[in-house]
This record gives sequence, structure tokens and C-alpha cells, in this order.
Amino acid sequence: MMNHQQTSFLLGRLGLDSLPLHEPILVATFSVVALGGIAVFGAITYFRLWGYLWREWFTTVDHKRIGIMYMILGIIMLLRGFADAIMMRLQQAIAFGGSDGYLPAHHYDQVFTAHGVIMIFFVAMPVVTGLMNYVVPLQIGARDVSFPFLNNFSFWMTTAGAVLVMMSLFIGEFARTGWLAYPPLSNIAYSPDVGVDYYIWALQIAGVGTLLSGVNLICTIIKMRAPGMKMMQMPVFTWTALCTNVLIVAAFPVLTAVMVLLSLDRYVGTNFFTNDFGGNPMMYVNLIWIWGHPEVYILILPMFGVFSEVTSTFCGKRLFGYTSMVYATIVITILSYLVWLHHFFTMGSGASVNSFFGITTMIISIPTGAKMFNWLFTMYKGRIRYDLPMMWTVAFMLTFVIGGMSGVMLAVPPADFSLHNSLFLIAHFHNVIIGGVLFGLFAAINFWYPKAFGYKLDPFWGKISFWCWVIGFYLAFMPLYVLGLMGVTRRMRVFDDPSLQIWFVIAGIGAAVIAVGIGAFLVQLVVSYMKREQLRDTTGDPWDARTLEWATSSPPPDYNFAFTPVVHDLDAWWDMKQHGYKRPLTGYKPIHMPKNTGAGIILAGLSLVTGFALIWYIWWLAALGFISLLAVAIGHTFNYKRDFHIPAEEVEKTENERTRILAAQG
Amino acid sequence: MSAEEHVMDAPRDSHGDSHGDPHGDHHDTAPAHATLGGYMKGFILSVILTAIPFYLVMTGTLDNHTTVGIVMAMAVVQIVVHMIYFLHMDARSEGGWNLLSLIFTIIVVAITLAGSLWVMYHLNVNMMPQHDMSQLP
Amino acid sequence: MTATASAAQDTATRIYHHETEHTHPEGSSTLLGFWIYLMSDCLIFAVLFATYGVLGGNYAAGPAPKDLFELPLVALNTSMLLLSSITYGFAVIAMQNRNRKSTQTWLLITALFGLAFISIELFEFSELIHEGATPQRSAFLSSFFTLVGTHGLHVTFGIVWIFTLVTQIAKHGLVEANRRRLMCLSMFWHFLDVVWIGVFTFVYLMGMLR
Repeated sequence: MMNHQQTSFLLGRLGLDSLPLHEPILVATFSVVALGGIAVFGAITYFRLWGYLWREWFTTVDHKRIGIMYMILGIIMLLRGFADAIMMRLQQAIAFGGSDGYLPAHHYDQVFTAHGVIMIFFVAMPVVTGLMNYVVPLQIGARDVSFPFLNNFSFWMTTAGAVLVMMSLFIGEFARTGWLAYPPLSNIAYSPDVGVDYYIWALQIAGVGTLLSGVNLICTIIKMRAPGMKMMQMPVFTWTALCTNVLIVAAFPVLTAVMVLLSLDRYVGTNFFTNDFGGNPMMYVNLIWIWGHPEVYILILPMFGVFSEVTSTFCGKRLFGYTSMVYATIVITILSYLVWLHHFFTMGSGASVNSFFGITTMIISIPTGAKMFNWLFTMYKGRIRYDLPMMWTVAFMLTFVIGGMSGVMLAVPPADFSLHNSLFLIAHFHNVIIGGVLFGLFAAINFWYPKAFGYKLDPFWGKISFWCWVIGFYLAFMPLYVLGLMGVTRRMRVFDDPSLQIWFVIAGIGAAVIAVGIGAFLVQLVVSYMKREQLRDTTGDPWDARTLEWATSSPPPDYNFAFTPVVHDLDAWWDMKQHGYKRPLTGYKPIHMPKNTGAGIILAGLSLVTGFALIWYIWWLAALGFISLLAVAIGHTFNYKRDFHIPAEEVEKTENERTRILAAQG
Repeated sequence: MSAEEHVMDAPRDSHGDSHGDPHGDHHDTAPAHATLGGYMKGFILSVILTAIPFYLVMTGTLDNHTTVGIVMAMAVVQIVVHMIYFLHMDARSEGGWNLLSLIFTIIVVAITLAGSLWVMYHLNVNMMPQHDMSQLP
Repeated sequence: MTATASAAQDTATRIYHHETEHTHPEGSSTLLGFWIYLMSDCLIFAVLFATYGVLGGNYAAGPAPKDLFELPLVALNTSMLLLSSITYGFAVIAMQNRNRKSTQTWLLITALFGLAFISIELFEFSELIHEGATPQRSAFLSSFFTLVGTHGLHVTFGIVWIFTLVTQIAKHGLVEANRRRLMCLSMFWHFLDVVWIGVFTFVYLMGMLR
């Protein structure tokens, strides 16, 4: 049942041979990371910033800071996930004509697994969560989310999952199963090493964070809206956030349960997904995709919301078809539970089952089409300003539609029998994820950055990043559609047919162009910081936008709104501007706020230790970690004094400062 | 000025949908108001709805098909009894969101169960090898 | 960039803030939040039920339900859980009457019934394992132990929570926060009884009828 490695009581199956000292790529990576880490830690220590970081960031329960931390996590992990992508592109571009490439199979398999896991769970999920966290409370006129402590805890649990995945680079190894870890390959018999265990525990820990975040945001949107804001007057981004979090709450438990079953098979020897004793690996595939399909809608719906906000703002018009947008989002939410089998048409369920799911899959493209038309009609006869967010939005509209169309092709089961697991599939989902999620991310960052930090992002470097991303994307992925149609399978490391190489080379060039785009984005961040006074936004509303977050200063004060706004219409801030709204200058009251707490990071740290111990079979540490977790969690519930009040004088001071700044720029 | 002193009394149906009352929280009497009568009704109904299925299966009084039907029906009814009398489920609590989330969950559960059974049945018929494990050494 | 110089007279008809603010009191989201969490827990059980439904007939030439299940024991178990539900109800009523001692007493009685339930279940499991019907023996047994065991783990957690809450009531009395927690635990406890209805029906009773 267990593996055949040496185990000791103290260290489980951890040993010196767990360190990949014989892999030059990893040794080099570790050196860079170690040096970089020492530099960062050293700098923080030298500038005596640990106290500040702990007080103001690590223990914060402020949704804005937590949102920013999620974004930072996502962007850092984007660099790691993209490094994996570059490695794959390079290998696939050169491994022809007898060449084995530079990446042995053992390593290559981990690279494509890690790439998928990181991009979905530790890039896309954190940035989507971060955006919703930052924006939603402001958009609904609230001061924070429903459960601020849980919010902090959720963030640290996601980070703990990311840390586990990063640790697998240097201690042990990662899974070699692909990002969904299908059994029987992921069973203990065929993957006895720590890789799949790293995968399981990273996902389980991060999954707790995501699920709680889902509950948190649903309650926030339902219960914490400003007076007067009816459901059908919420901003579209808030609607998409609500539906996304409903999907999270309804889908992530499935992932949790399936991972439990897989870990029972691996740790205890049960027979859920084994080949014998009654096990059925196909049940895993079925269950994991019941989670997996809603997951991709979790990723894209918030971005649809972003595009709606950006389009209406930069076209100076109310969004066309608000009601149909809302209903389309709700329909997508429900239908996303009826399509999952299209991910395994070829597994053999037969014509009747395949037809049903093929039809539902085609139906689900309709509400998204409706949204596209609504955005186009919003642009029609609008006064369009092509600032960066709008540029990203237009790029999204073109790119996502192509990806969506290839999806409808895949929805036809007979076509899918040729295209399943080919590079056509890879091209399709990157098309929709990059075109949708990633372009949405950059639109959102350029749009809301001034709100969060008080200055706009530099447009010049932003445009370089934009064009590199768009051109790079098409160069990198259009060849994959061609290759897929020619029959090339995914996850291949070496190729026999030399006529394919040119396509891989083009794709490799595309990846390099994207790399420049990422570099330009990082430069944009640095340059913008350096030029922040020139790019400063003192009004709080640099884009002449429509929703309540733009009613606050940039950045908003801790308490968001000195007075909770009263809402009368859709596009509440636009409504206020149209009616000559004046900020109240007196009558401030003390504001009730939740206290910071270290419990979140401590609990996540204990989860990390417990997860690590379980991966390495260090049972005493796992038990100790688990018991400590329970003790700290229960202990935390004995704390009844979790809040304080910001005195009215302090509110007055902050608001007066804003009044002064607004008056100064006249 | 601790938090406890500020908060309202029992759980109530707050401004779940639209307009809040800016002049202090208006709260109904707790929607989840438990009564002895309610619990006793729920308890007795549950006992009956448990005893009958157990009796039918343990004694085999009726034929299989009928027993299965009655047992499943009583399970469903007992779940509803629990929802109403123990969990105080109604369309009013939390502005209707409790009931709405329950209905949505039931739908997703039904899809998961029915969908999995349907899909796996077809997969098993088409794809599972026919080996008889009683023939193993 | 900001307010358009328009209908200033309109401002009189639209109020955009209130002098006396109506804040969202602490804890106003807790009951809804806990209910939504329970819905997610429901889905975990749905997956376990689906798994039992799909794999529950795979005996791998090993023991089947008819060989293993002792319905009298299950009936006893069920009654323990059902009784614990009603005693929890009494605790809630005592809480509504702000009777601290009575609340704590009924909570502890509930915990006792819960412990009885768990003990009987552990006894049942150890008997099965003794007979060779281990979780590893077949997919049917894997799914049986996991479904029933997960429910049992939830009940165990609920018992720990009861003891914690009794302590917290002792420390702080029946303050708002504790009353909220009691209502959350109430939802949790009754929800577990609802899941048990599914378990005894689809696992035990149907198992004997297959």
C-alpha cells in the first residue's frame, strides 16, 4: 500500500535524496530564488519594516488590503507559471529530428502539471478573488465584507497552498499527472512519490480559503448593500461577483470531496479509483469535471463584469441591456452544471449521453453571445475613449469570440473525438482564458489601480505590454489550432514529424513576445511608481466613472465611506454626479470597525505545516499540527472583543484633508 | 462600547433585499422562534417516519418494490419535517434567501446524483471489463 | 471630472446620505453565512452519496450489505440522534427564555446522545473490521465507511462544539454572540440529522432490500 522509500519516525520519507541536487535547472533556480529571497528579507529587515508589514498587511482585515495581497500573490505566481510555459515552448520547439530536447520526461511532466495547477489555482483564482474583494464592498457602499476575519484567513490559506506548490520545486517533486491528476496514474501504485500528495494538500488547503471566500462575498452582497440599492440596481460587476461566488460555494465542495477520496486511496488503501476491488477511475473523471466546469465560469464571470464596467465607463453610456446581462449571468450560472461531460466525450458514455451534453454545451454559448451584443451595443453611438482598459476590452471581445467558436466546435461530440486532448483543445482553452481572464485582469488592473493607489498606471509601458500580449498570444496559440487539426496530441515532449516544427517555432516566438509583454507590465508598475506625482489622481474619479467606488478618495480611507451612501438608481455614482451631489462636510460619527488579527496567518501556517507533514509521512508532526490547528481555531472563538471605533475626530480629519485636496485642484 | 451592546436582539430578517431603515434597525420578532409544540410535533412525526421504514424492512411485510417506494417517500417527507419543525425553514427567513439557497442546493445535488448515476451507468456498460472476481485465486 | 454643473434644485429631492447612520450590526450576516456554508457541506455529502450510489454495488466478491448490516443497531443509533435533535430543541427554547443553566444542561444532554451515537457507530465499525469487512476490501466498503464515517466526523465535531459553547456560555452568559452561535450549532446539528435520514435510508435500509 505505501511506497518503498526509507521512512524514519522523525522525518517520515524526507531525506537528503529529496533535494534535487542532481538537476542543474533546479539548482540554478534555487540559487536565484534563494538570493532573491535573501535580498528581499534583508531589505525588509534593514528598513525595519517587519512591524509595519505585520500590523498593516499580514494581520489586516481590510478588504482593500486583502484584495491587493491576493493580486500580488497572483502576479508573482503568474511569473512562475509563465516560466513553466516558456520551458515547454522551448522544449517543443527544439525536440525534433532525433533531438531529445533539454528537458527529461521526469521533469517535463512536472512542468506541464505545475503550469496548469499554478495558472488555475494560484493565478486566476487569486486575482479574481482579489478583484472581487477589493471592488465589491466599495461598489455596494459597504465598509467591509460580512466576515472580515474569515477574509484574512481565506487569503492566507490560498497563500499556504501556493507555498506548498513552490516548495515542491526544491524539496521532493511535483505531480506528473497533468493538472487534474486522473487516476489510476495518480493512485499510489503508479505515483508512489510525494508529487501527487503535494498536489492534493495544496489544493485542499487553498480550497478551504476559496470556499470561505465564496460564503463571505455572497453574504456581503446580500446583506451589506447600501440602503436603496435593490438587487436590480447593483453594478454588473457585483452581479457577476454574486454568481461567481454562488458557483464557488456550489462547486468547490465537490473538489474537496474528490480530493478526500483520492487521498484515502493513497493513504489508507481504499478502492475508489483503483483498477481492482471494485474501484472505478472513470468516477473520478466524472466528479472532478462536475467541479471543473463551474470552475472555468468562476474564472470568467467576474471578468465579464469587469468588461461591463469598463465599456460603460469608457463609452460614457449606461450599459446596454442591464436586465438581460443579469439574466444571462444567472442562466450561465445554472447551465454550467449541465455541461460537464463535454470534457470527456471520448471516455465512452455513448451517443445518448454525449448528445445530451453536446446540446447543453451549445446552449450555454448563447447567453455569452448575448453579453457580447450588449457590449457592442453599448459602444454603438458612445463617445469611446481608448484608454488602456478599453483597449484590453476590445482585444477581449475579438479574442474571446474566436475561442468561444472553437469551443462550440469541440461541443460537437463527433468532432471532439478527433480533437479531444489535441493541441486544438489547448489552443481553445488558452484562447478563452487568456483572451477572457488575462485580458480582463489587465483591463481591471489599469482601471482600478488609480483607485487603489492614488495614481494611474503609465500608459506608454501599458500599451507596449498590451501589444506584446495580443500579438504574442496570437503567435503562440494560432499555430496550435493548426497543429491540433493535423492531429498533434497535447503534453508531448518529443516529435517525429519534422514538418510540424515550424509551427512550434512560431509558437515559441509568440511565447517570447508575451514574455516581453510581461516584462513591460512589470516595468509599467515600476515606472508608474516613480512617476506617481505626474500620474496622481486627486479626484477619486479619474475616468468619470459610474459606480460607487469612484465616490471615494483614491485610495479610499480605511472606513471607505464617512457616511453610507443612499442609492436611488443604477450607476449610483453617475446618478449622484447628475444631481449635483455635494460631499457632506460636517456631522461625522465614530465608525465601527473590526480589529486586525494574527489568527488567520497562524492558522494558515499551521495548515501548511500539517500539509507538509502529511505529504512526507511525518505522522507525529501531522498530528501535532492538526491538534494545534484545532486548539488555535477554538481558542480564537474565545475572543469576543474583535472590534473598535474610529473616533469622529479622526474621520473628520481624514475627510477635511480630502476636502482640501479636492478644493486645491479646483 | 463593546459590540454586544450595540447589536440587536435575536436573529432577524434584516434588509436582505432593498431599502434599509436608516433610523435604527427595524427587526421583526425572530423568524426562527422555536416552540415546544413545534419541536414535539416534529419529533413525533420523525419517530413515525423512521419506525415504519425500519419495521417494513426488518419484517419484510410487503414486497420489495412497494417497500422501496414507501421507504424513499418517507425519507423525503421526514427531511421536509426536519426542515420545517427543526430548522424553521420558511420563505421569510433572511428575506427568502435561505429558501432560495436551499432550492438551488437541492437542484445541484439532484444534478450531481442523477447525472453521476446516469453517466456512470453508461460508462460502465460500455467500458468496464467483465471479469468475475470470484474466479480469482 | 466630477459633478456636472446641472440641476442643483434636484438635490433637494434626493438624499444621498443619512445623518444618523444605520449601520449593519455585528453578526447580521452570521446566520445566513452559516446556512450557506451548510449548503456547501450538503454538496460534500452529495458527492459521497453519488460515490456510494455508483460504487456501492461493487462488492469485489466480498461481503455485501446483507452480510454486514445489523438493522436493530442502526435503529438504536438513529433514535440516539433523533433524541439529540429534540434535546437540542429544548436547549434553544431555554435560550429563548434566557435560562442559562437550563440551556447548558440540555446542551450537555444533547452531547451525551451524540456520544452514544458515535460510540455505537465505532462499535459497529470495529465489528465490521474484525470480520474482515475493512474499508480496503472493496469499493462498496470504501464508500460505506467514507460516507458514514464523514457523517460521524461531523457529529464528533459538533460534540466538541457543544462543549466549547457550554464553556463560553459559562464565561459570558447568553449574550448575543453566544445566542447566534447556539443558532448556528442548531442548524448544524439538525442538518446532520437530515443527512442521517439519507444514510439510514439509502445505505442501510436499501442495502438490505437490494
